[in-house]
Amino acid sequence: MTDQAILDTLTRILRDLLGDDTIVLTAATTREEVPNWDSFAYVSFIVAVEMEFGVKFGVAEVESFPNVGAIVARLRALLG
Amino acid sequence: MTPPVTPPRAQAPRQPATLDALPVPADFRGELQAARALGDPATRLERLAQLANHRLGFLETIQLDRALAEAASADPGGLARVSVALLSASTVDHLVPAARVAGLRRRLLLDVRLGQYGQYRQELLDARSALHRAPPQLVVLSLHARDLLATLPLGAGAAEVEGAIDRHLEELRALWRRAREALGASVIQQTFLNWAEPAFGGYDRAVPAAPARVIGRLNDRLAEFAAADGVALLDVARASERDGLDAWFDRARWLQAKQEVAPPAAPAWGELLGRVVGAQRGLSRKCLVLDLDNTLWGGVIGDDGLEGIVLGEGSARGEAHLALQRWAKQMRDRGVILAVCSKNDPAIAEQAFREHPEMALRRDDVAVFLANWEDKAANLQRIATMLNIGLDSLVFVDDNPAERARIRGSLPMVAVPELPDDAGEYVARVAGAGYFEAVTFTAEDRERAEQYAANAAREVLLQSAESMDDFLRGLEMQVAFGPFRPVDLPRVTQLINKTNQFNTTTRRHSAEAVARFAADPATVTLQFRLADKCGDNGLVSVMILVPDGEAPGTLLVDTWVMSCRVFGRQLEHEAMNLAVEAARAAGAARLRAEYRPTPKNGVVRELYPSLGFRPGPAAPDGATAWELDLAGYVPHATHIRRSPD
Repeated sequence: MTDQAILDTLTRILRDLLGDDTIVLTAATTREEVPNWDSFAYVSFIVAVEMEFGVKFGVAEVESFPNVGAIVARLRALLG
Repeated sequence: MTPPVTPPRAQAPRQPATLDALPVPADFRGELQAARALGDPATRLERLAQLANHRLGFLETIQLDRALAEAASADPGGLARVSVALLSASTVDHLVPAARVAGLRRRLLLDVRLGQYGQYRQELLDARSALHRAPPQLVVLSLHARDLLATLPLGAGAAEVEGAIDRHLEELRALWRRAREALGASVIQQTFLNWAEPAFGGYDRAVPAAPARVIGRLNDRLAEFAAADGVALLDVARASERDGLDAWFDRARWLQAKQEVAPPAAPAWGELLGRVVGAQRGLSRKCLVLDLDNTLWGGVIGDDGLEGIVLGEGSARGEAHLALQRWAKQMRDRGVILAVCSKNDPAIAEQAFREHPEMALRRDDVAVFLANWEDKAANLQRIATMLNIGLDSLVFVDDNPAERARIRGSLPMVAVPELPDDAGEYVARVAGAGYFEAVTFTAEDRERAEQYAANAAREVLLQSAESMDDFLRGLEMQVAFGPFRPVDLPRVTQLINKTNQFNTTTRRHSAEAVARFAADPATVTLQFRLADKCGDNGLVSVMILVPDGEAPGTLLVDTWVMSCRVFGRQLEHEAMNLAVEAARAAGAARLRAEYRPTPKNGVVRELYPSLGFRPGPAAPDGATAWELDLAGYVPHATHIRRSPD
């Protein structure tokens, strides 16, 4: 799976979760830049990503992703 | 710095099986968009309700809930609203969309309010809290066992542990009482997830204070307290035994967000709640309709013959079908009506029920047996008509995907479980769907199957009678009656909340409210039991007459319901004779009544004029109002004698 394909999937998940089709995620996007992407929605996002990709993030790393690109990189590693 | 390496899991945690009987949506996104584009909010809600009756995941549930909020904000009416306070000791925000979607699945609009996380005691006890300012109809308590475990050292003895558990539950019971008495709400209590790690291993069960054993005991005692207090359980502990704890509890989510129920289990949690709320409001299904070939047995009896069908001990496939039969028999024994709907020759099909030695179901277990070559949708409609119940009371089990799709398309109100390919999984799938969720098990439930058999005997009498009057006289009917006694309350509550047809106002009353009517000296309550020479129908009608605040000397018929099993037996006439006597004894000079129309209660539209009531003052919202002057009342002649006791 390419980074762009992962990014597209993350964009779709966040659009569905927040009901906002204007969202476009890039590797540099941070949570603060997306309206309504609060800590509650972030946990839900992580859950939906885990379910979509069939993976599980570590407890600590979920809090340490500095931006969307870090999530993409981690997914790439997990998916092997 | 690179993050610590977590080996990838083969797959995400297993999701609960709770929704497995619902069909997978063909194109969720497209159907949701199509529904949202509908202009009329009522039509939109109906389409969303149909979409809710699919197997939806975590994210789909959130999307549907958002569309529901848009449609419901226009307040289109048509769906009953239920106000719910969800009080918790953990984060539960992620469960709310699933609760509302499960409500929509039953055509209920759940108005869910959340308590402050961890503040459930204060909110219930403090009369100035937001909860008390706007009391909900329903209080749902979602708690966990951590506080209790923290008080118990591993060395605590059995008596100490039992004492701590009971004190913990007595405190909870005080909160239940507070919710019921101060708020007038019904209570649903979530069971405790047992996520405790082993302390000793298998020996945990022998050590009183081993955490896993404590939580197990806590749930056992909780069930006893809840049953004694009439509190319904939202049994996530039981579901987690079936699905595996990982499907319900995720340590990462507890650590990150204090979520006791894992978000992927949210749709299942909502569905379990919806089942209990539905059961409390009489929305559980009433009749299990079964296909025969490759459903109740393996093979096609018309082709393979009585000896050729696969059923019973000795073959795995035969035992699989037998397991479904045994479960159906159990449903019959708890009051679910059984029916057969099969494309078959009736003589050959019935022969299996009478003569096959391995059949668990016998012919007289089945109230309506339709084996013919007609369309199954037409047969299902006939079954509903013959049993005098709605299509939304039916569950239809058929192994054939084409038949299932056809019934879902033509009769969407019939529940049609999606069956797996393997017959070995049939019983778990159908039983796990929760169609017959109950919050009570009354004497009437136990006897219902016999009562339907007695109805068949009455049918024979009716056919041989010269006239309706002749038939009714020959039945030798007797009515027993009186005010509500404590022993009657569960059945009275059940009848008030389940009856849709003979129901003049369709006011639903909780067990608490019914007990208050019974205790109020100014209110006249009446329950009627009808027996005849074919059998006892049990408690089949209920009336509540409340003082009319605006007119002294007047009683208002708040509620009058009657079971559809005794329609057309003159009981409504004898019940009114008795109600008039009771009203006079209470000092009333006049009865007032209303007919509030619903899609289902057309059968009582003309009830009051037929009983001698005159039109009363105008009534709101399409209702009609009626009045009866007791002094001029002439009792109706009936063939019902009054029981000596």
